[in-house]
Amino acid sequence: MAPPLFWTFSAIMLFFGLMVIVCRNLVTSALSLVVCFFALAALYVSLDAFFIGVIQILVYAGAVMVLFLSIIMLLDLKAEQRRRLNLPAFFGGIIVIALFVKVLFDVSYGFQDGSASFPAIQRGQQPDVWYIGLTLFQQYKLQLQIIATLIVVASIGVVVLSKRELK
Amino acid sequence: MVTLNDYLIVSGLLFAIGFAGVLLRRNLVAIFMALELMLNAANLSLIGFSRFNLQNGLPDYNAQILVFFIVTVAAAEVAVGLAIIVALYRARQTMHVEDLNSLKF
Repeated sequence: MAPPLFWTFSAIMLFFGLMVIVCRNLVTSALSLVVCFFALAALYVSLDAFFIGVIQILVYAGAVMVLFLSIIMLLDLKAEQRRRLNLPAFFGGIIVIALFVKVLFDVSYGFQDGSASFPAIQRGQQPDVWYIGLTLFQQYKLQLQIIATLIVVASIGVVVLSKRELK
Repeated sequence: MVTLNDYLIVSGLLFAIGFAGVLLRRNLVAIFMALELMLNAANLSLIGFSRFNLQNGLPDYNAQILVFFIVTVAAAEVAVGLAIIVALYRARQTMHVEDLNSLKF
């Protein structure tokens, strides 16, 4: 991918990611998250992961965000009212994040192999879904079944949770 | 020229934003959305490594399968998490984490 496109989509992604945690209104946060996921899908496509990019848009920007928005509207959540800030906790959080970002930059710039550019894919424009399907159904058959069971359990659990009255 | 480190730094910054959201926001739904940001940051670095570490001239598809599984589990996790949040809201009529300070009710 051309560097200008990469930096544009990264900036969009980080800006709207920041909007998610800065906005007080939950609907604004959720819609910012949708834009963030679209930019993330563009970054996946720039890494030649077309299938994952499509999955990102369909599953995250589609299904998951519709779920979030419907819950926000179902519960009719208003913008968070301002409360007294717990200052020690707030500054503690800021310090932890600053340390995390420092460690991130130290590790990334100490990682010499990573400063090489991406090697070219040798077989031209590959059919990405074809290889993912082969890997999934040949090497990861059992794991796929486990994930399927997990989803069944999760959907039954959701029904049970929403039918039972918590006292 | 875009390098692997650029992708890793962008993904790390996205993770830091999600982390900040989990630590600093006090609304349950907002914390949950920040959690999704962190999951996606991990996925971005996995895809970056997958593209960088070519196997026979092709990206490493094992990493993409892992991302596929993470997305699947995240979708299930969102469904269960939001069901818990709805149940909690019906019991307590609040979304603020500081009002939810007892383990049993």
